[in-house]
Amino acid sequence: MIGVSPASWSSRLIHHPLAQLILARVRDFFREPEALFWVYGFPLLIALALGTAFRERPIEHLTIDTVGDVELGLVASLSANPQLELHKGIDANEGEHRLRTGKSCLLIIQNGSGPPVLRTDPNRPESALAMALVESALMRSVVPDDKQPLIQRQEVQGARYVDFLIPGLIGMNLMGGGLWGVGYVTVDMRARKLLKRLVATPMSRVHFLLSLCLSRLLFNSIEIALLVMFSWIVFGVSIQGSLFALLVVILVGGATFQALGLLVASRANTYEAVNGLMNLVMLPMYILSGVFFSSERFPDAMQGIIGFLPLTALNKALRMIMNDGSGFLAVLPSLGILLLWMVVSFVLATRLFRWR
Amino acid sequence: MELAISCRNLCKTYPGKPPVFAVKNLNLEVRSGSCFGLLGPNGAGKTTTLEILEGIITPDSGDVQVLGRSWLTDAKWLRSRIGIALQETKLSERQTVGETVTLFRSFYDRGMSPEEAIALVSLEGKTHARLSNLSGGQKQRVALACSLVGDPDLLFLDEPTTGLDPQSRRQVWDIARSLIDRGKTILLTTHYMDEAEQLCTQVAVVDHGATIATGSPRDLIRAHGGDHRIEAQFSGVAPQLDAFLALPGAVTARVEADQVWCGTESPHATLPALLKLLEVQGCTLIGLGTRAATLEDVFVNLTGRHLREESMR
Repeated sequence: MIGVSPASWSSRLIHHPLAQLILARVRDFFREPEALFWVYGFPLLIALALGTAFRERPIEHLTIDTVGDVELGLVASLSANPQLELHKGIDANEGEHRLRTGKSCLLIIQNGSGPPVLRTDPNRPESALAMALVESALMRSVVPDDKQPLIQRQEVQGARYVDFLIPGLIGMNLMGGGLWGVGYVTVDMRARKLLKRLVATPMSRVHFLLSLCLSRLLFNSIEIALLVMFSWIVFGVSIQGSLFALLVVILVGGATFQALGLLVASRANTYEAVNGLMNLVMLPMYILSGVFFSSERFPDAMQGIIGFLPLTALNKALRMIMNDGSGFLAVLPSLGILLLWMVVSFVLATRLFRWR
Repeated sequence: MELAISCRNLCKTYPGKPPVFAVKNLNLEVRSGSCFGLLGPNGAGKTTTLEILEGIITPDSGDVQVLGRSWLTDAKWLRSRIGIALQETKLSERQTVGETVTLFRSFYDRGMSPEEAIALVSLEGKTHARLSNLSGGQKQRVALACSLVGDPDLLFLDEPTTGLDPQSRRQVWDIARSLIDRGKTILLTTHYMDEAEQLCTQVAVVDHGATIATGSPRDLIRAHGGDHRIEAQFSGVAPQLDAFLALPGAVTARVEADQVWCGTESPHATLPALLKLLEVQGCTLIGLGTRAATLEDVFVNLTGRHLREESMR
């Protein structure tokens, strides 16, 4: 058989060189179980471990001891608070001992008809909390009913640590996926002399580069969809802002790190060289760009540089959309930084790229 | 005579300290439909020459014509008309044979079906096997199938059998012969002299970046020391080299301490005379053998070195 038979459009599509190159990448990727774990399993494990470790726990019971005949109104008011555990009629010496050893966090002493004495340990936050609760009960007992303040409790969306963490993990994965997925794969093909073999065929170099980026886009999409669904089901993390803006940011962020990966891989022809370069690029951003904690904790003098790093810009945009409910316009400055990195990296990479 | 390849005064220097003169004024002519062998030790400039002809690297100077065209003006056309099997290429281990050949087929506008290419290298039974499950010889045949699937007019095979076991080598040779029968032109490099003698109608011996001899294997052997070799070991004081060269039929001779190698066209005349010479000289014969001369002898004769010694470095 010479030439492609007059087959259906679907057969022509599957035999298009770009489709074949992407298919080869997809097979290479999904047929390597270890890599699959690092790309798909590991981020979920990090999310699970950190999300659980830093979960806000409900405040434990605060133990308050009373010595002597404490006024009944105050006792009733304190007993009504489910956070407090009241131990009445404790011996004065034992009460002192219990406060000193941390068994109670506040001691109320009523001597005769004088004012109650509150003994507290100022070094313990739970003592300060118990103190505030007792003071507020005393205050409420003297304020007339119609002047009592109204208390409203509000659940703030997107304010927990896990809400902060998930966008950071998405950013981190886009960086790792782009740099490893494009950079390492390219150097691997160069080291195996496969790149040289491919460019000796009539293969289009644009098709080759596109196949690297498009296949990575596919792997990233699956990875992020998994992470977002997992964190929604397990931790109730939801996307507050525009889904469209989120997709654009993920697309641009992914492409930026793919371009960086191409630049890192443009000349290296050994695994050692590319490993070193990857770490040189990624390590500073892992630390500085606010993956696990806010980058604003670094000194003010560094903020200018940190803010310009692509991962900082990406994480910032992701958090604005997912946590703060921002729309497309609000993340434009971050997108601008990413696009600048993408264009500069890509142009440099195509200038420097060695096909042999 | 139609030429598939012609190159003149080819030069390529790799920068470095000191710079490496990989190819120096190399000349080459390969006829269409022939199997041409580039012979020489490792580092002789074979691979550099091949990569220039394949359009992978550009020469510093010299004229190169491949299939009557130049890489400077017709690169895309040339890439679609040549096939390449590089010994050093490692194809992806996690793809099957069929998938690999189908990928390469997609790069060409015309060509044979992947199944046909796989059948040409006798791997039909392995179409759905991953490369990681194939032997070295089978992988080399997959590389061959990839180079054939665009139905090229000219094939470049860089050390197609290096590192293969004898049986796999013969399979690759059979494939090469069947391609010649289909009218393809093959340019191969090798440092196995028997491979060149088996496959090639023409060879060029390359050393230090230049061709030092060209011709058919038979002609080269005849021109550089005759068809036969006599090897004798003896004890005692060796006769002068001139005495061996004066023997009837002798073309070349080499004397080393207690051994002599003598190239000859007519061993029936040279052998008795050689034994007589040793006897007269008072030497005692310890060992004696005759064999057909090989391209290895040609190389030794031309350079004073063995190919093997050189390739061990």
